[in-house]
Amino acid sequence: MNEDNYLNAGYSLRSWFFTTDHKRIAILYFASLIFFFFVGGAAATAIRIELATPQADLVSSDTYNRLFTMHGIIMVWFFLIPSIPNTLGNFIVPLMIGARDLAFPRVNLLSWYLFMLGGGVTLFAILAGGVDTGWTFYTPFSTLYSNSYVAVAVTGVFIAGFSSILTGLNFIVTIHRLRAPGLTWYRLPLFLWSLYATSVILVLATPVLAMTLVLIAVERLLGIGIFDPKIGGDPLLFQHLFWFYSHPAVYIMILPGMGVINELVSCFSRKPVFGYKFVAWASLAIAAVGFLVWGHHMFVSGQSLLASLVFSFMSFMVAVPSAIKVFNWTATLHKGSIRFDAPMLYALGFIGLFTVGGLTGLFLACLAFDVHATDTYFVVAHFHYIMVGGMVTAYFGGLHYWWPKITGRLYSEYWARTAAVLIFFGFNLTFFPQFILGAEGMPRRYHVYPPEFQVWNVLSSGGAVILAVAYLMPMFYFGYSLFFGKRAPANPWNAPGLEWQTPSPPPEHNFDTQPVVTRPPYQYSPDFEAEPQNA
Amino acid sequence: MPEVFASQFVSIQHRDETAELGMWVFIATEVLLFGALILGYFVYRHAYPAGFAAASRHTEIVIGTANTAILLTSSFLVACAVEAFSGETRKLCVALLAGAILLGLAFIVLKGIEYSGEYREHLVPGINFSFDPADANGAQLFFVFYFVATAIHAMHMLVGIGLLAVLAMLTYRAPDSRHRAALHSTALYWHFVDVVWIFLFALIYLPGRSS
Repeated sequence: MNEDNYLNAGYSLRSWFFTTDHKRIAILYFASLIFFFFVGGAAATAIRIELATPQADLVSSDTYNRLFTMHGIIMVWFFLIPSIPNTLGNFIVPLMIGARDLAFPRVNLLSWYLFMLGGGVTLFAILAGGVDTGWTFYTPFSTLYSNSYVAVAVTGVFIAGFSSILTGLNFIVTIHRLRAPGLTWYRLPLFLWSLYATSVILVLATPVLAMTLVLIAVERLLGIGIFDPKIGGDPLLFQHLFWFYSHPAVYIMILPGMGVINELVSCFSRKPVFGYKFVAWASLAIAAVGFLVWGHHMFVSGQSLLASLVFSFMSFMVAVPSAIKVFNWTATLHKGSIRFDAPMLYALGFIGLFTVGGLTGLFLACLAFDVHATDTYFVVAHFHYIMVGGMVTAYFGGLHYWWPKITGRLYSEYWARTAAVLIFFGFNLTFFPQFILGAEGMPRRYHVYPPEFQVWNVLSSGGAVILAVAYLMPMFYFGYSLFFGKRAPANPWNAPGLEWQTPSPPPEHNFDTQPVVTRPPYQYSPDFEAEPQNA
Repeated sequence: MPEVFASQFVSIQHRDETAELGMWVFIATEVLLFGALILGYFVYRHAYPAGFAAASRHTEIVIGTANTAILLTSSFLVACAVEAFSGETRKLCVALLAGAILLGLAFIVLKGIEYSGEYREHLVPGINFSFDPADANGAQLFFVFYFVATAIHAMHMLVGIGLLAVLAMLTYRAPDSRHRAALHSTALYWHFVDVVWIFLFALIYLPGRSS
C-alpha cells in the first residue's frame, strides 16, 4: 500500500469538507449517494409491500402518491444522475487523463455543496408532508390542483440542477484541456467519451429544466403563470419543456454506465474494445439524437400526429448507436480470454438487462403499441431495466473494478460474485413480471388492483426482497475490506489505463511524474499482461 | 518571483485558456436557460398575436431603448477595460470598469422605475392586473413572460455588477495575470448578458409598434 496517499493526507473534518482534491470530493459524493439510495430504496420497499396484495393495507392512496413521487425524485436527481459521473467520474477522470486534478477543483467542491443543499431542501419537502405530483411535476397537478410541498421540492431539484451543470462543465473543460501529453482524443479510454457526452447533456439540458421549474414555482406562488389554462396557458408546454430535459436526462442516466462497461468488458476479455471509433462516436450520437426524441413521452397527450410520427422515427434512430455499443461489446467478448471476476459479472449482467430495456424501448416507440402501454407497468419495467438493470448494475461493476484503486484494499471475490449473481436474478424477478402486468393493462401509480394481477405482483415483491438483500451485501464486504481487506497492488487487473500506473490509493497529486501517453488504450494481451498506455 | 498556479496546469497561459473555455461552456448553459423561456414566449405569441401586440404597446419603449443604449455602452467600456489591463494603463482600466458598473446600476434603476410604472398601470399579473378583456389572456401571458425574463436578466446584471466591482478593486490594488484572466471571463459574461437583453428588447418592446 502506498504510504503517502490522498486518504492519509489529513484526518480533520476540515481536510474533508473543504478539500478541493477530486478524489476526496468523489468520496463525499459516494457517501451522500449511499444515503440517498437508501431513502429512495425505503420508498420503493414501501411500494412493493403495498403492492403485494390487491387491497390497500399499508398506506392510503394519498400517501402512496407521495411514496412513488419521493422514490422518483430521490432516485432520479439524487442518485442516478450523479451516481457514476460524480463518484467514479470525479475520482477516475483526472487519473485516466494523467492530470493532477479537474480543471476547476473549487467549482467541484461547490458542486457537492449545491448537491447537498438541494438534497436537504428536497428532504425537507418530503418530511414536511411530501409531494404528490409524481416525479414529473406535471401541470396542473403541480400548480392549480397541488396540495403538497411542490414549491419546496422544485427548489431542491432546481439547486441540485446547478450542481449537475457545474460537474458537466468541469468534465468538458478538463477533458478538452488537461489531457496528458500524447493522449489524443482517439487514445482516450471510452469511459471518457461517455462522460464527455454525458456532460454535454448536463450542460445543455439541465438549464431548461431549471427554467421550467422556475415557471412552476412562479405559477404556484403567485397563482398565475405560463401553464395555467385559465388564462389560455398550455399545460402541454410544460410537458414539452420538462421532457426536453428529462429525456436527455435518461441518457445522463445510462451513458456513464455504458462507459464503465467498455472498461470492464475490455479488461476481462483481455482485448481492445471492438470498433473503438464507432463506440466513441456512438456516445456523442446518443447525446445528440437524444435531444430530439422527447415527444415520445407525449404520444397520448394530444400532440399532432405529425409530431408523434417524427418523434417515433427519431426514437428508433437513437436505438442505432445504442445497438452499436451492444454489438461491439459482444464482438469484444468474441475470442477473448474471458475471466469471470466480479466486475465482469456485473458487466455481462448489464449487457443482458440493457438489451431487454432497450428493445422494449422500441416497443414503446411504436405509436400503436404505446397507446396501449402508456402509463402501464410495461413502461415502469422498461425504464427500470435501463436505469436499475443498466445504470445501477454498471455503477456496482465500476465500483468493484476501481475499488482497489480508490481504497487500496481488495474485497472478497466470493461474496462480490455472489452479490452480482443475486442482483441479476433478483432484478429480473422484480421487474420482468411488470412487463406482463403492463401488457395485461395494469396502470402504474395505483395502490389497489384487480385480484387477477396478484400473482405477478407477488413475484415482483418477492424479487424485490432478493434485490434488496443483494444491494445490501456490498455494504458488508466493502465495509469489511476497508478495514481488514488485503492491501491492493497498484494494478490488480493488469490494466493499461493511466489510473492503474499510479499507486493504490493514489497520492494526493495523483502522479509523481507527468505521464506521457504513447499508445492507444486497451492494449491487453491474452496472457493477462497489458502494455501500459504511458510506457 | 515567478507566479504560482494550480498544479493541474502546465503554465499560466494554460490556466487562463482553461478558465476562458469554462466561461464559454457556462454561457452555453445560459443560452439554454433563456432559450427555454424564449421558446415559451414564441409559443404563446403564436397563439395570441393580438394580445401580445396589445400588451407590447403598453411597455415603456423610451426606457427600454435607453436601457439598451446604456447596456451596449457599458459593454463597450468593459471591452476597453480588458484592453487597458496592464501596468501603465491600470488607472484607466479601473475608471472604465467603474463607468461600466455605474451604467449597469443605471440600467437597474431605470428597470425599477419601469416596473413601478407597470404596477401603477395594473399590468402585474397575479398582483395587480387588469386589461381590455378582448386581449386579456394573451396580455397576461405576455406580462408573466416579461416579468420573469426581465427579473432573471436583472439578477444576471447584479451578479455581473458584483463581479466587475470586485475586479475593479483588485485591479486598483495589485493586478496580476490571474486577474487578467478573471477580467476576460467576466467581460465575456457581461457581453452575454448584453446580448440576452438585445433579444429581450426585440421581443418585449417591438411587437405591435410597427402598425
